[in-house]
Amino acid sequence: MSKNNGEYLIIRNDNKYEVIIGLEVHAQVLSESKLFSTSSTKFGSEPNTQVSLVDAAFPGMLPVINEHCIKQAVKTGIGLKAKINKRSIFDRKNYFYADLPQGYQISQYKNPIVGEGSVILDMPNGEKNIGIERLHLEQDAGKSIHDIDPQNTLVDLNRSGVALMEIVSKPDLRSLDEVNAYIKKLRSIMRYLGTCDGNMQEGSLRADVNVSVRKKGDKKLGTRCEIKNVNSIKFMQMAIDFEANRQVDLIEEGGSIDQETRLFDTKKNETRSMRSKEDAHDYRYFPDPDLLPLELNDNFIDQIKKDIPELPDEKKKRFIEKFKLSPYEANILVSDIEISKYFEEVSKNSDVKLATNWITGELFALLNEKNIEITESPISSKNLSKLINLIKDGTISGKIAKSVFEIMRDGDKDPITIVDEKGLKQQSDPKELENLINKVIAENPKNVEAYKSGKDKLFGFFVGQVMKNSNGKANPKLVNEILKKKLN
Amino acid sequence: MSNITDLKLVELVDKIKKKELSSTEVTIAFIERSKKSKKLNAYISENYESAIKKAKIFDQKPDFKKKLPGIPIAVKDLFCTKNIKTTAGSKILENFIPTYESTVTQNILDEGGIIIGKLNCDEFAMGSSNETSYFGNVQNPVSENLVPGGSSGGSSSALAAKLTPATIGTDTGGSIRQPASFTGTVGLKPTYGSCSRYGIVAFASSLDQAGPMTHDVKDCSLMFEIMSTYDTKDSTSVDFKRENYFTNLNENIKGKKIGIPKEYRVDGMPKEIDELWEKGIKIIKENGGQIIEISLPNTNYALPTYYIVAPAEASSNLARYDGVKYGFRSKGENLIDMYEKTRSEGFGDEVKRRIMIGTYVLSSGYYDAYYLKAQKVRRLIKNDFDEAYKKVDAILTPSTPSSAFKIGEKLNDPVSMYLNDIFTVPINLAGLPAISIPAGHDKKGYPLGLQVIGKAFDEQSILNIAFALEKNISFKNNITDWWIK
Repeated sequence: MSKNNGEYLIIRNDNKYEVIIGLEVHAQVLSESKLFSTSSTKFGSEPNTQVSLVDAAFPGMLPVINEHCIKQAVKTGIGLKAKINKRSIFDRKNYFYADLPQGYQISQYKNPIVGEGSVILDMPNGEKNIGIERLHLEQDAGKSIHDIDPQNTLVDLNRSGVALMEIVSKPDLRSLDEVNAYIKKLRSIMRYLGTCDGNMQEGSLRADVNVSVRKKGDKKLGTRCEIKNVNSIKFMQMAIDFEANRQVDLIEEGGSIDQETRLFDTKKNETRSMRSKEDAHDYRYFPDPDLLPLELNDNFIDQIKKDIPELPDEKKKRFIEKFKLSPYEANILVSDIEISKYFEEVSKNSDVKLATNWITGELFALLNEKNIEITESPISSKNLSKLINLIKDGTISGKIAKSVFEIMRDGDKDPITIVDEKGLKQQSDPKELENLINKVIAENPKNVEAYKSGKDKLFGFFVGQVMKNSNGKANPKLVNEILKKKLN
Repeated sequence: MSNITDLKLVELVDKIKKKELSSTEVTIAFIERSKKSKKLNAYISENYESAIKKAKIFDQKPDFKKKLPGIPIAVKDLFCTKNIKTTAGSKILENFIPTYESTVTQNILDEGGIIIGKLNCDEFAMGSSNETSYFGNVQNPVSENLVPGGSSGGSSSALAAKLTPATIGTDTGGSIRQPASFTGTVGLKPTYGSCSRYGIVAFASSLDQAGPMTHDVKDCSLMFEIMSTYDTKDSTSVDFKRENYFTNLNENIKGKKIGIPKEYRVDGMPKEIDELWEKGIKIIKENGGQIIEISLPNTNYALPTYYIVAPAEASSNLARYDGVKYGFRSKGENLIDMYEKTRSEGFGDEVKRRIMIGTYVLSSGYYDAYYLKAQKVRRLIKNDFDEAYKKVDAILTPSTPSSAFKIGEKLNDPVSMYLNDIFTVPINLAGLPAISIPAGHDKKGYPLGLQVIGKAFDEQSILNIAFALEKNISFKNNITDWWIK
């Protein structure tokens, strides 16, 4: 494998293979209730406590579209710069499984709610555009649990009927890094929009991964395999890497790829065949006669457009223009909506450069160490802003600020109070500083002698002594100035 | 009061309101007669004790503002009724007790109705003779060993035998109108979207519609007025302005243009049916109506279209009966084995046949040739009616191509059985309202019906036309109580 120039190629016997990846991301719609029923979607409840008669497919029960979920899908479509289809159709995808109570999943087949769009990735060697094929709404199934009872499979229907958006990319992804960037960007856009919380641990974001390989330079796409239901970026990358290598090995051995559905075994780090094309389900899709075609009018779409917040791409542009941030800094700050909010709150009342450095430096280190999100930060944006202002107006030095920060992290105390209580205020009175300096000069005649005879390096020694005697509070800039005058 | 059960619905309502009869008296009278009529096998579940209790409670504090003040009523077992077993005529739901009430039965309860039992029907409403019911054949009170029609055969039998003063059925391809025709009663299939489908065991979602079955048109208009409501729980329910169908009922059809579709004159149709049709035409003319010959050119395609669309939807609608969540379950080695055994043992032959047909027509490779084409033809059939309604206000046809047949006569000949729906099926495909009223007898003395088809949501017009026909026909059902010893 080589990753030169950001290219992800698999090399065997002088043959270079390109890896073609497309993702079908299943994103859970952020909604209090399910796609076609009023039951709650809350995660982590006792099994089968959030199940209505509709979700359990009792006789005579009928689906009723949840308007909120439609709005969320349209909103996401707008965020993906995609075509919103004013007429879409819910179809039945028929198959039998114990956790599929209706015996069919209500999904959208030929007429999805959202059509083609695109997502921009910021890669190290520039921007890359990834095409979106479509976005459609569908119901989630329940959960079959095989490992509680030795004899029986248990079924939990809490997830049954929860709204999912399936976002299908074009086969535009070419590397594991792009997959990583794509998922993160999608997640970021949906979090900005408030349409999906993007929580992969809770299964709010999962993906089916389509992988094929072809010799570099070939125009024709190779036969693809679909790896079902991978639930973390790391596993997606591992699965793709395994699968792409498996396909290359097969081709190199003179074999061919069968179009099939595969499973990724996270323990063995390998993909395994689940079913071949011949065994593929015939889902017998047809329009759900219980639901009329979904017709959206311009007014409905326009109202949603009005509610679209500034999205990461626009925000990044603004940060670069308004705050003179580097693209790299801007990227970090806009990647997550909560981080960007925090940054804007801090920078509203204090120096932008310092705000950027403190957030991406000290604060990120702290969040990493505690493994928490910025929304759970022990230091509020208000207090971080105050701390930065104390540095900027010379009340404390950057060094003192770090020790103040250490105190703040254990309870979000106001930095002004900390500085006052601990007496950490910077000594900036020239007369007091002069007294301190005079004392140091008087106590070190030999060094003064040596300095004057040319040992310039000793200047740092005097600064250090003054700082030490002031318990670090002396304004270093002023100390430098006065010392220079005294010694020269 | 031995003649309580001879009274029609509106007469009973009147007598209860005038305190000439109590709900308890009426309820007990129908229950007693039902008990004596077990031979008809019209009931699947009886709810007698609870019904009498409810009647007594009603009598203690009667509310005469209700449209069905303490009126006992038995309903087709396709309607889910809270705490009352609901089987859909199938073994797979043999012991299923819903925790919820269908909207239509709730509407009846809200107007003071009391449910005395659940009536037999073809399994999942698939049949035209009530012979596919897991709970056995139903006898037509008209004559022994005669089918009562289907799928609402328990309903038509119970109504004609006066075990219930009125009843409700469901009509997917003729399941209200054909049994009404076979038993000399009135049956209305409303416009699709008029009565909520919530809580009705689904057969074919785009065709199913609940409707009333009664002794006469007046009773029918009252029942329909109660049943039809806009319901947000059914996405196909239509929010249109509903009339006071009962109060607005009148026999004035002066100036009404009635279409006679030439395609409904089918070969081999009994002479009596033709004569009956002529009689209907004559009555309309005599009452100031205008008869206009029309053409519904795609009529011939209705039956094949129906037998693609309905089984396709049914194959999917019935997938939920898998033994996992409720209803009958057979033990299996594994999940697939359990499915196969449960569904093999739980469903009857006709249901299996339609699941097979439906699965086939939706399969990849066949979808375009069958299901998609059927949807296109369905549109053409609807267009035929739209064209016709530019010229006429309603359409008059026979209800069925024959009178009731003997039990077992067509059981092994599904195609001949399906042909029974030839005059009723196009109306379901077009989503239109149609009413069947008794119009005469054939030479065997079995009842025959005429069908009045209306414009969408114009039930008032066809009720009025049927009312005028009824007055002039003065049909009499000669039922002899042969099943009561």
